[in-house]
Amino acid sequence: MIYPAADLSLPIALAVAFFLLVGAALALIGAIGFLRLPTFYERLHAPALGTSWGIGGIMLASMIYFSVASSRLVIHEVLIGIFVTVTTPVTFMLLARAALHRDRTARSHGVPRKYPIGPEERPREDDEPQA
Amino acid sequence: MLPYPILAGFLTLMWMLLTSFTLGNLILGALVAVFASWAMASLRPDKPKLKKWYLLPKLFFIVLYDVALSNIAVAWLILRGRKKGRRAGFLTIPLEIKDRTALTLLAIILTSTPGSVWLEYDSYDGSILMHVLDLDEEEQWIATIKNRYEKLLMEIFA
Repeated sequence: MIYPAADLSLPIALAVAFFLLVGAALALIGAIGFLRLPTFYERLHAPALGTSWGIGGIMLASMIYFSVASSRLVIHEVLIGIFVTVTTPVTFMLLARAALHRDRTARSHGVPRKYPIGPEERPREDDEPQA
Repeated sequence: MLPYPILAGFLTLMWMLLTSFTLGNLILGALVAVFASWAMASLRPDKPKLKKWYLLPKLFFIVLYDVALSNIAVAWLILRGRKKGRRAGFLTIPLEIKDRTALTLLAIILTSTPGSVWLEYDSYDGSILMHVLDLDEEEQWIATIKNRYEKLLMEIFA
């Protein structure tokens, strides 16, 4: 049985509101940054706000609220946090490496290139140095 | 029978978190976990060599703290704009860790930290290419990653 939100005690309500607002604010700032930052690589940083403490804050608020309101420990939100944290690097790296590949192929300035050729054709240690 | 006892344990725990903590769900969850770890074993992943597993909580709290700080820094930067003379840029950092699980953990840490993105890992010379939002602290980024995370990860996965 879940009690209505109005019956929560003040400290609990304040804690829930605090974490919820922190999480929502970080997600909003991340979205603003996504719009405002000038280059692709800089824009990659903005959603990290939402996927780190953005989701963390909302998760904590949900855990506190439902644990108190249903008077039992509700912590399965942790799973959402874990799965988001573990899977975001996959997306980020996929996007980042696609951008790197595109920029290197286009010989854009400012993108670091270690070798003038692709990774498959790099010189090996045991090869003769090329003249 | 159990090729990955820790994985099976966590799967059972996850099953019970998603359903309820009763004996029936414990048995059902354990059955699912055993079959899932057999499936995992047939994929033959690298077995991570955990040496000092008790340092994992320490790493967790360090990361939680650092992520909170950089959340504030990046949120400020987005709202107030960049300070004069500050710029974003690429950073190449040579790494000593070779263990795949440790590298995965480092990638997760760097990606979750706003202000730093892991772009690619070069297995040829063991270096990573990152992009940081505030290159002014270049030395600080390198010091943080080398001393704060890499040392701890090398101790955990020896």
